[in-house]
Amino acid sequence: MAGSTDWTRREFLAGGVGVLLSAQDTLPEAGPAGKLWDPGRAGRPVEPTTAADNDAAIQAIEKRLRCTCGCGLDIYTCRTTDFTCPASPGLHRNVVALAAAGMTGEEIVADFVRQHGIEMLMAPPARGFNLTAYFLPGLAILGVGIALVIVISRWARRARPVETGAGAAVLPPTTAGELEQLRHELEQFRA
Amino acid sequence: MTLLGGLALWVACLLGVWGALTGLLGAARGRADLIASSRHAVFALCGALLVAVVALEVALFRHDFNVEYVAAYTSRNLPTFYTWSALYAGQKGSLLFWAAVLSVFAAVAQVVTAPRHRVYLPYVGAITSLVIAFFVSVMLFGGANPFERLAFTPLDGRGLNPQLQNPGMVFHPPMLYLGYISITIPFAFAMAALLSRRLEVDWLVAIRKWTLLSWLFLSIGICLGMWWAYVELGWGGYWAWDPVENASFLPWLTMTAFLHSVMIQEKRGMLKKWNLLLIIGSWLLSIFGTFLTRSGVIASVHSFTQSNVGYFFLGFLAIAGALSLWVYARRLPDLTAESTLESIVSREASFMFNNLLLVGIAFSILLGTVYPILSEWATGTKVTMGPPAFNRVNIPLGLLLLLLTGIGPLIAWRRSSLPNLRRQFAAPTASFILAALVLLVAGMRDPYPLVALSLGGFVLGTVVQEFARGVAARHRQYGEGWWLAFGRLIARNRRRYGGYIVHVGIVVLFIAFAGLAFKTETEATLRPGESATLRSPYGWTYTFTHLGISQYDALNRQVTAGTVDVTRDGRRIGVLSTEKRQHVDSRGQPTFQPSTEVGIRSDAREDLYIVLAGVVNGTEQAVYRFTINPLVWWVWFGGLIVVFGGLVVMWPGGGAPAVRRAQAGYAVKLVAKAVG
Repeated sequence: MAGSTDWTRREFLAGGVGVLLSAQDTLPEAGPAGKLWDPGRAGRPVEPTTAADNDAAIQAIEKRLRCTCGCGLDIYTCRTTDFTCPASPGLHRNVVALAAAGMTGEEIVADFVRQHGIEMLMAPPARGFNLTAYFLPGLAILGVGIALVIVISRWARRARPVETGAGAAVLPPTTAGELEQLRHELEQFRA
Repeated sequence: MTLLGGLALWVACLLGVWGALTGLLGAARGRADLIASSRHAVFALCGALLVAVVALEVALFRHDFNVEYVAAYTSRNLPTFYTWSALYAGQKGSLLFWAAVLSVFAAVAQVVTAPRHRVYLPYVGAITSLVIAFFVSVMLFGGANPFERLAFTPLDGRGLNPQLQNPGMVFHPPMLYLGYISITIPFAFAMAALLSRRLEVDWLVAIRKWTLLSWLFLSIGICLGMWWAYVELGWGGYWAWDPVENASFLPWLTMTAFLHSVMIQEKRGMLKKWNLLLIIGSWLLSIFGTFLTRSGVIASVHSFTQSNVGYFFLGFLAIAGALSLWVYARRLPDLTAESTLESIVSREASFMFNNLLLVGIAFSILLGTVYPILSEWATGTKVTMGPPAFNRVNIPLGLLLLLLTGIGPLIAWRRSSLPNLRRQFAAPTASFILAALVLLVAGMRDPYPLVALSLGGFVLGTVVQEFARGVAARHRQYGEGWWLAFGRLIARNRRRYGGYIVHVGIVVLFIAFAGLAFKTETEATLRPGESATLRSPYGWTYTFTHLGISQYDALNRQVTAGTVDVTRDGRRIGVLSTEKRQHVDSRGQPTFQPSTEVGIRSDAREDLYIVLAGVVNGTEQAVYRFTINPLVWWVWFGGLIVVFGGLVVMWPGGGAPAVRRAQAGYAVKLVAKAVG
């Protein structure tokens, strides 16, 4: 086949597939030479990602700090959601700059709190009045739970003598088999 | 038509007040004419509000931009699907939708209520009319009239917020509203029982299905909301403990508590006070949620714009709360229990602890939601209660609740003996230990997912055991084949086995939530042809190759789409596309900030979640966020199981009345009689 200008059917198909695959570089309606037809439609221009953007330590710090745009999300989630927030990219740059200056995570968080107030923390520190938010529900459940145990135990003590006194048998728990038997008998009774 | 709509609102307001007055007076004085008038007012109210809804829809579809609401939430190029849903996209329209749906529920309650429960209907009609009158008066006097006109007519409307242009948002708000709104019916029955002093078990029977219906709608609404947040908002999660999300969860928790504790009242005549309190509390929480959503008092991404409407709801909440609790307090002497618990190791006791946890979690979430305000009042410092704070408090409580979900069905009514406990707990405990061992051997060390998955094993063990024993019993008794016995077991015990199906759904949800702990993600800047890799928790390596960016126009938006080829361990698994959308009006003018459409590939093990962050210098060099979310599919599947189980419980029928009574617990009494 070498040197021949005639193509076999297989070569023709392979050539066609090759052309189609190479067409991936020029997707429909893409602009020439990698430039977009209308960059204004693509949202806010973004900077190329840096290693700090994927740094787990930076992300961990950002997840403890609230974005100031009013979305209620942390800096990391906000800056990686929708990518339209005007505040979180700046806050992220601050975190990265402080980390690059050698500050630890705790120091960075403290610095943000100093600048923006305690509201900056995604979870308030567990001290002072904030302890109510963390421990009140658990303590309330525990307290009511203990009270329930005491009350039910008293009821149970009171219920037992009455039952035995009246000569009533202590019922064994109803099993699924007994319920089925009962249902069977009720159906027979109905018939 | 808008004139007609406005008029219909005034008529509805007057009818609401009339229906409330005649209903209350008629029931109190036993006047049949007033009672009949109140009943007619409920139907007329429904008709008037449906006319108002139709009038607003006509204005929306006719693009009557002179109507302020139409101009604010639609545009000429908005797809028909979303033009319809614009009815409840804004504050004013959603108030109308709320009032109209409640009026439909109120009318249906008047029609479908069984004859033996008709005694409650005058009060039910009065209370529902009063609540509807309140909603209509907020529209008329609170500056929330959806038929308000502008001084000029814009050429085109602003259009619907892009994030609301998603199928999830077409179905999620109505479902949630249906859940919120229908709680008013059980509340009205509960108040009717209190006001009429007919506090025997009958009122409970009348409202159980309504409560279940509310619970079901709320479950569907919450699940759809999670799905919408996941596919539309682009942050890769589905629950952020946002105040509005919390507000929908609170009545769900208290109604779940009620659906458990109601069984104790039915079987043992206990917990009457508690059950009434749960119903009143659930309704008040639904109004509280409405206040939160509409007042802007707490920052939320879901809130409507801040307005005076919130103060109306706060006032209504305070007055309605005070009145209903006053009536409740006056009737406390009539609500004495018919029996007491006989043992702490009993089904009744386990239900009480289940109630304690459900209400405790609701309290914890409520406290967390309003804590920023409380903190500001108490200390002068506003704080943020984000997901880390909520998770810290609620994950342990949730796991405890999961444990009780498994324990409850294993304990007998009245009292359990030690041999019985041993027999009941053996298999579920074995499945708990087995699950924990498998997970530990597989290398899982994260405590919360480990405990959640192991407890999931325990609860599944319980449910499987219950089904297996029931099926085996039918197989023995009737000689039915295994599958026939399985089908009939559920069909003839819908409440019990439907409940177990709900439990399975809850376990599946917990397992899916545990998957979040293994989420991995990376950001990458790629030129066409360049790739980024990400390792999944299952050990696979995904390669994402940026194919390029395309730009095109769609009906009401300009789209910039990034296309990514995905391979897993070298095997090609498909192409994903993610978009930046700039929505425009019919003249091509931008209407909102650009929004992002996520590219998602979902399977039972994990989701690939791709977000186009943007492009660099107007070129095809794109910044992406790639996320692998394990087990997300199971969140939706778990939600479906919960809803299916709820439907099984609700489905009418279930055998002859005698059999139904036997299943409802009278069996225990009959056996007791037989033994005695």
